[in-house]
Amino acid sequence: MNHGVMNYSDPSIVQSAPFLSLEAVRKTYPGVVALDGFSMEVRPGEVIGLVGENGAGKSTLMKILGGVTRPDSGTVTVDGVAHDGLTVEASIGSGIAFVHQELNLFENLDVAANIFFGREPLKAGPLRLVDRARLREMVAPLLKRVGANFSADAPVASLSLAQQQMVEIAKALSIKARLVILDEPTSSLPLAETEKLLDVIKGLKAEGISVIFISHRLHEVERVADRVVVLRDGMLAGTLSKSDINHDQMVKLMIGRMLKEREKAAEAGRAPGGVALAATAVRTSAYPDHPVDLELRRGEILGLAGLVGSGRTELARVLFGIDERLGGSVALDGKALNVGSAADAVASGIFLVPEDRKLTGILLDLSIAQNISLPNLPEHAKRSLVSTRAELATAEKQKKDLGIKAPSVLTRTGTLSGGNQQKVVLAKWLAMNPKVMILDEPTRGIDIGAKAEIYALMRALADAGVAVLMISSDMEEVIGVSDRIAVMHEGQISGILDRDDFSQENVLLLAVGKKPKLAQAAGGAQ
Amino acid sequence: MSKKDLGLLVLILVVGAVVTAINPRFLSTINLANTSNLVALFGILSIGQAFVIITGGIELSVGSLIALLGTLFIDFIAVREMDWPLAFVLIIVLGAIIGFVHGWLITRLKMQPFVVTLCGLLIYRGVARFYTADGTAGFAFGQNFPDLEFLTAGRSGGLPNSFIALIVIAIVMWVVLHRSVFGRYLYAIGKNEEAAKYSGIRTGRVVIAAYVICGVLTALSAIYFAMYTRSISPASHGQFYELYAIAAAVLGGFSLRGGEGSLVGVILGTVLLQELQNLVNLLGIPSSLNFAVMGGVILIGVLVDQQWGVFRARRRMMEASRRNVAGAPAE
Repeated sequence: MNHGVMNYSDPSIVQSAPFLSLEAVRKTYPGVVALDGFSMEVRPGEVIGLVGENGAGKSTLMKILGGVTRPDSGTVTVDGVAHDGLTVEASIGSGIAFVHQELNLFENLDVAANIFFGREPLKAGPLRLVDRARLREMVAPLLKRVGANFSADAPVASLSLAQQQMVEIAKALSIKARLVILDEPTSSLPLAETEKLLDVIKGLKAEGISVIFISHRLHEVERVADRVVVLRDGMLAGTLSKSDINHDQMVKLMIGRMLKEREKAAEAGRAPGGVALAATAVRTSAYPDHPVDLELRRGEILGLAGLVGSGRTELARVLFGIDERLGGSVALDGKALNVGSAADAVASGIFLVPEDRKLTGILLDLSIAQNISLPNLPEHAKRSLVSTRAELATAEKQKKDLGIKAPSVLTRTGTLSGGNQQKVVLAKWLAMNPKVMILDEPTRGIDIGAKAEIYALMRALADAGVAVLMISSDMEEVIGVSDRIAVMHEGQISGILDRDDFSQENVLLLAVGKKPKLAQAAGGAQ
Repeated sequence: MSKKDLGLLVLILVVGAVVTAINPRFLSTINLANTSNLVALFGILSIGQAFVIITGGIELSVGSLIALLGTLFIDFIAVREMDWPLAFVLIIVLGAIIGFVHGWLITRLKMQPFVVTLCGLLIYRGVARFYTADGTAGFAFGQNFPDLEFLTAGRSGGLPNSFIALIVIAIVMWVVLHRSVFGRYLYAIGKNEEAAKYSGIRTGRVVIAAYVICGVLTALSAIYFAMYTRSISPASHGQFYELYAIAAAVLGGFSLRGGEGSLVGVILGTVLLQELQNLVNLLGIPSSLNFAVMGGVILIGVLVDQQWGVFRARRRMMEASRRNVAGAPAE
């Protein structure tokens, strides 16, 4: 690829001197070379997409730019001044601002208080009271710049995730940021909100502010980046100029080979079997007045798309017995099923891989083996006493089958990477006999290699006759992996798309409650 | 035995050696028998508490419960002249019911364990005092229960029978906590109740069971305490015992956040606490300083344990980096 060759499509960017440049930066930690001879430049008004698998060195790079850690060697040049490394103060002072994946906002305070936290304008006098009027005046233009559709008085807790990110960006603007680094900003955003965020990025660019956009969602990088920098194993794997940016090129640079699994998953689409799980007029806490009907067939992967808050997770929680069903009925293999708790669901072969892996998917303090046996412990016990031998045997088999990368099955799951943790969640259910497998955002925050393995596993499950329901906000994933796509809108299924009608546009139309454009007038949506 | 438990055992031995050096009466048969009897009584109580703490809960009402159940027990056998085995069973069942109600309020009505059991602490103390009209419950002159007295306050081959009971209970509860499916569920819930629920565990039932176990063991210890003191003034009997039990668990390596601790640990914690009590008496320290000594030792003990953990983690990191410098492959 074009190592070190810079092609700029926008001539105004070429002419300006770089705001920031890194040269031959190296950083090692005990046992790991996190960054090795890495160089890059950021010019004013340039949007750089930074991609790479987990562990490729992105976080280390961020730490160096934020002044949290110093490189072992190499130089960091900001505004023409070369440094051996930045301090936190120098980083802030030179206008580098971060919007982290986990937002750092005080949810109990309002927008204005968050933006100027610790820098509030004060009234004269010994009491040092906050000058609310002045604060509002200062906040208004910032909110306008990020295109905020909420007021400065709104409590942050009442804002959506995308709006909260706007608050973070406004905060960055308030310190006169010249480079805004967005770390995985869209990973938990629904589609419509992602659009808003991409618009904000374009707005920043127009003001001459540089942006580094870190994301696993390559199609978004494709849309917004002027240039893509790919990291692999701590080294610069390549740079793509605007005209060369496309999904396959990025993936190739990220993993050093082309990816086959995704296409394999997509082309599989076989004839599914009969109805495994049928939800009839089910009401959930999200939209108690909107009953949901959904049929899930044996041997299919049904993608469940929709905006965040459309009631998908709540439906999954009701089907799995975590939330109370407020109405309607559920049938498994044609027989009415009364699931009053997760324990009931597990007993009848309905399993859930939940959205929040670390909080609900696994127990981080337990070993891989203990996590895998937990839902099925009585089967690994004699006279109510746990048989460690049986437990280890099950775990070893799953570790091998799923390719869980860990020193041993006694390893604490908290020390594993996200992808391997997710495999442990899957393993505990695969060790039993799933009839229905519900996966809620199964690949969120997982790097691209492990993603492909998880897709392959889902396909293998479906091939074995399991009914798979996959909730996902990742458009690429929904379209690439599903056999059918059901789209939810305000608590109801607004339509079901068959493979011929799969398109980003159709999913989006249904997600906002409009009619999709179908290949045949008769087929597709109900 | 974990390293933590071993450290605690060493501490117990060191303190014992120091006390013996100053006052050799520490090792006299009568002192050892007395102390082991107290270890047994508080040990049974503390094991119950440990089962609740492992779930991330807390049981503050056990001190008051000892007063209430002890008063009732003595009233049943001494005043109402009930057969003692019947009274015994009734008290145990009552302890189980109270434990169940606590667990039910906590899991089904989603009340906080601290609040539920704090209210229990106040209620049971009040009921006990009202029941005896703030008087003292005790045996009348000449009343004898030879079998019961043998089982609770007697000795076999020099060992207090209460201590033998503790050993039996400890072995059974060790198996339950460290080897059974139920014990694994307790640890899982203590570590992360949500994740345990998502793994299909009926967490509510498990937590209720923990409170029932605590209630039963508390009731058992209440009978032992009643037979040990032989007269109960409900205004003060068992006061602060919940704190002894919690302290024993914390000293024994239990985390109040749940999910951590061992049965051996809580027993050793109880032993250390009673040893300290004994130390205050034997070394002629004013008994008014009793609590101060105990508090100080717990504070230092937990602090040293934590700092030791930090130190070990740091040393492990240093070693790892040294290995890497030496050129050994990382993986």
